[in-house]
Amino acid sequence: MPILMEKRQLVTPGDLIAEGEYIAGENTYVEKDRIYAARVGIVEYETKRVDVVALKAFYIPKPGDIVIGTITEVGFNGWTVDINSPYIALLRASDVLSRPFKPQKDDLPQVLDAGDLVVAKIVSYDRTHDPQLTVAEPGLGKITRGQILKITPTKIPRVIGKKGSMISMIKQETGCNIILGLNGVVLVTGKALEDEELAVRAILKIEQESHTSGLTDRITQMLKEEKSKKEEKKNE
Amino acid sequence: MNDKPEKLIDKKGLRLDGRKADELRPIKLEVGIIPNADGSAYVEHGKNKILAAVYGPREVHPKHLALQDRAVLKCRYHMAPFSVQERKSPAPSRREVELSKVIRESLEPAIFMEYYPRTMIDVFVEVLQADGGTRCASITAAALALADSGIPMKDIVVACAAGKVDDTVVLDLMDAEDKLGAADVPVALMPNQNAVTLLQMDGILTQEEFEKAVNMALEGCRQIYSMQKEALKKKYVNISEEIKEEAEE
Repeated sequence: MPILMEKRQLVTPGDLIAEGEYIAGENTYVEKDRIYAARVGIVEYETKRVDVVALKAFYIPKPGDIVIGTITEVGFNGWTVDINSPYIALLRASDVLSRPFKPQKDDLPQVLDAGDLVVAKIVSYDRTHDPQLTVAEPGLGKITRGQILKITPTKIPRVIGKKGSMISMIKQETGCNIILGLNGVVLVTGKALEDEELAVRAILKIEQESHTSGLTDRITQMLKEEKSKKEEKKNE
Repeated sequence: MNDKPEKLIDKKGLRLDGRKADELRPIKLEVGIIPNADGSAYVEHGKNKILAAVYGPREVHPKHLALQDRAVLKCRYHMAPFSVQERKSPAPSRREVELSKVIRESLEPAIFMEYYPRTMIDVFVEVLQADGGTRCASITAAALALADSGIPMKDIVVACAAGKVDDTVVLDLMDAEDKLGAADVPVALMPNQNAVTLLQMDGILTQEEFEKAVNMALEGCRQIYSMQKEALKKKYVNISEEIKEEAEE
């Protein structure tokens, strides 16, 4: 059956995008054998499936996702964490201490206090329960240095690029370490402030222009130009 | 100001502002103009100037209002004290409370509320200048802001009114026509679904006149709907064009 839009066309909610034997993918809905868009985004047709890649959305937790969150409250036996989502995440004290939590002995604000940032993994979430986090894995835990920026969560895949091409290119060009939280929060840590700022600017540019083609080339060009400017300054 | 015109429609069939019976007022739509909000829209519908902002889905406060199987939609329609000739008290009036409910109920069918249980979606509508038909323009603005915020929706809701003035059925009443005319029929529509989400009538109409008014309002809705889609796309098309220009340079 027919597809009703051009490939990579911009659609708005309610637009009819396919009829008949297609599988309704992300950000679409079916009514009477017809598939409509549910968000503002770009249509992607695959052999038997149609998706809308949203240009703006919010983060819905999924078990296994790595996210970056801010501690908002210290509770009796754990913390509540803002993970840039409609739902607030919980982090248990015993998980962070990696031993049973003893209220008489352990002082929670000394371990993690309100305002602290953590890289964490979502252990569980469903419609009836708030998401639960863990930091008991290598690479997870409190963030001590670097810069944080927020982008729309749906654009994280674009920042990663095909098989990680985009992100590895930025890492290489700027010499920064970048952790992408799937909730749209990004941590950039580099040796120098300038490197970090360059990486931040590159990622923000990707967010702004995610729906256009030839983006990887433009980002590479931008990073190279900035690098040569820096070299010139040094030589002066 | 209180000069009552003798006739609301002249011999040529033109209205006070020179429009034909089935003509809309000039409309300007824009999205994403309040960066602090998750989604926002600004609408100029004739002399109406309306801002809409959307927050959420987010935590419900107070907590007991949360629903276990669906999201809660909260709407606030408010008129600025300077939006009308005589200063309007900024406290929510009976009319504003009612309009908040009316707007909420006309938007709710379009949103997939069951996707986000235990959360709340906040919609704020602020009328900066009012000139008749603010409820319709508010729905149009709020629906745009919702779409801009990235909340999944079945369709964009759009609203438009029709009514009776001097024994003629006309589209899109302005303030004078609304106050001096015989009837007003606001209609909200989800055009792709072909579903009406709001239908009110204030005044007296015969059955034929009512049907004519509804059909006229639906036609008006469809016209505004295409403008809404353009406004949503414009935000992203502009960025693409800028890049093209840069590349050409």
